[in-house]
Amino acid sequence: MEAIGLSLIDWIIILVYFAFVLGIGLYLRKFTTSHEDFFLAGRKNSSWVAGLAFLSANLGALELLGMTGNTFKYGMYVAHFYWIGAIPAMVFLGIYMMPFYYSSKINSIPGYLKLRFDEKTRVLNGIAFAIMTLLVSGINLYAMALVLHTFIGWNWDISMWVSAITVAAYVTLSGLMSAIFTEIIQFFLIWFGLFLVSILGIIEIGSLDQILTRLPASMNTLWSTSSDPTQNGMLIHWGGIVLGLGFVLSFGYWTTDFLVVQRAFSAKDLRSARMTPLLASFFKMALPFLVILAGLIALALSNDPNSGFKLLEDGGQVNYDSALPLLIQRYYPSGLIGLGITALLAGFMAGQAGNISAFNTVWTYDIYRSVLNKKASDAHLLWMGRVSTIVGVIISLGTAYWAKSFPSIMDYMQAIFSWVNAPLFATMLLGMFVWWITPAGAFWGLVAGMASSFFMWMGVKFHWFNESIITLSNVQSDMAANFWRAWWAWLICFGVTIAISLFTKKRPKEELVGLVKGLTETKLDEHIPFMKKPEFVAIISVIVFIILNLLFW
Amino acid sequence: MKPIWYFVGLILLVMGFLIFANGIYLLINPPLIKTVLSETHPSIWWGLVMVAFGGLLFMKNKNKIVE
Repeated sequence: MEAIGLSLIDWIIILVYFAFVLGIGLYLRKFTTSHEDFFLAGRKNSSWVAGLAFLSANLGALELLGMTGNTFKYGMYVAHFYWIGAIPAMVFLGIYMMPFYYSSKINSIPGYLKLRFDEKTRVLNGIAFAIMTLLVSGINLYAMALVLHTFIGWNWDISMWVSAITVAAYVTLSGLMSAIFTEIIQFFLIWFGLFLVSILGIIEIGSLDQILTRLPASMNTLWSTSSDPTQNGMLIHWGGIVLGLGFVLSFGYWTTDFLVVQRAFSAKDLRSARMTPLLASFFKMALPFLVILAGLIALALSNDPNSGFKLLEDGGQVNYDSALPLLIQRYYPSGLIGLGITALLAGFMAGQAGNISAFNTVWTYDIYRSVLNKKASDAHLLWMGRVSTIVGVIISLGTAYWAKSFPSIMDYMQAIFSWVNAPLFATMLLGMFVWWITPAGAFWGLVAGMASSFFMWMGVKFHWFNESIITLSNVQSDMAANFWRAWWAWLICFGVTIAISLFTKKRPKEELVGLVKGLTETKLDEHIPFMKKPEFVAIISVIVFIILNLLFW
Repeated sequence: MKPIWYFVGLILLVMGFLIFANGIYLLINPPLIKTVLSETHPSIWWGLVMVAFGGLLFMKNKNKIVE
């Protein structure tokens, strides 16, 4: 493929974006005067602002390219990531978990572990999260440079450094507030920059039905081929989807990953915090019409020899990530090309900013103040937040160069989530809903869950045992293995936590009021009409979720 | 401070106008290499959609101040 050529108007649009995000950082600087402003955006955001930021923190360009490419590879099954792999967890977070998170006035997820269990569980999770965040941040940076180099012909080093310095500048200036502002701008740029691909694809092929009828049954349905793994593009049984993705990975990510939950903590009150993931769920359900649809259009076009559409190949291997850039190149004239590239850049940079703002909070509160400097003043914490932002970006750049010299690190990213998030969800679930779970049980359960997930991944990677032991099937894809490994890690953490809790010292019930359901009196939104309650929004969200699944069954 | 919606409106308005204006230029001076569906002039109507959406957000929020 020839690199996508940029004209003057494309460059102007890209420069407008860079000037805008830096200008916003500078503008917000004067409103960032305390550590709470820097780390939690002053806890002043409406549910709409927090909700869009909650979703956008997860909506990196790596996901846009990867999911469009995965749709080309696995078919419509990838939509499960947006529906069963997100919506039940978001609803659960808003209805059941957020009251405990928000009311305890914690600054981070590890902060809850400290209140509910003890310091060592908090530090263990804080360190695991900080390492995971910096790895993901660096790999994002690497992926961005790879995409810009492959498709636009930009220089590796310049792409990485310009983006990293821009992110470092605006996050250092005003912390989470500028991260949230740019994430929301990114959300709109992604929709306006990339949805046109789907619209033009539908116009070219004829209709949505035409697109689906051009695909085999294994690629154009959600559930109807899931009872036999050999009959669907992802080679997975519905049990793996429901348990691995729908339950463990989804709940592990959406309810415990501080990167996204931090946005809900920035809401102005408990009702807004509860509404944050619920409102975000509607936007999440809409994303397949952007990402999955583009992947299906690419697949339908490539099945038609007259279309002239073909994915790139690297050394005989199909480059699935090329689907979206090739569609942009196919449909977009100059000007719109600049908008499409800006949407991808904005996605990368907002993803980077999200990781860095979550890292600086966990580092400052859960590692630095918790272990290294327990008497740090507010002004010192604000200073530490800014310093850790710059250090975090520098470490991310180092990770990005490491990834460049060692490409298989990209494979590890998928695995990292099942090492850290999947077991943490078991700890959180038990901690929040079962009062007799002990600090020792939580700590060793978490260690066992993380270690077992890592061991399963190593075992398959180095052929110590066959993958079918984990997936319970003779055929499986990498994605299926990820889902099942997450399920087993969760189950092991769950079992070990309960077993050890039965024999170790429990905390008195009175110390757990406000932290555990059943010990906490819940009087939420009593004087608000039902139509304005989070529960009502949750019901609507679930209904839409069911309709979408039935529609594409 | 100005609400976030003000900034969203402003950037969409600016970018939409640039894309629309470029679409008009491409209509008058068609490029040699055409993209698929270029005859539908997507820059013009998509630019207008962005201007309308961005302009609405910008106008509604230009005088608002939030805490």
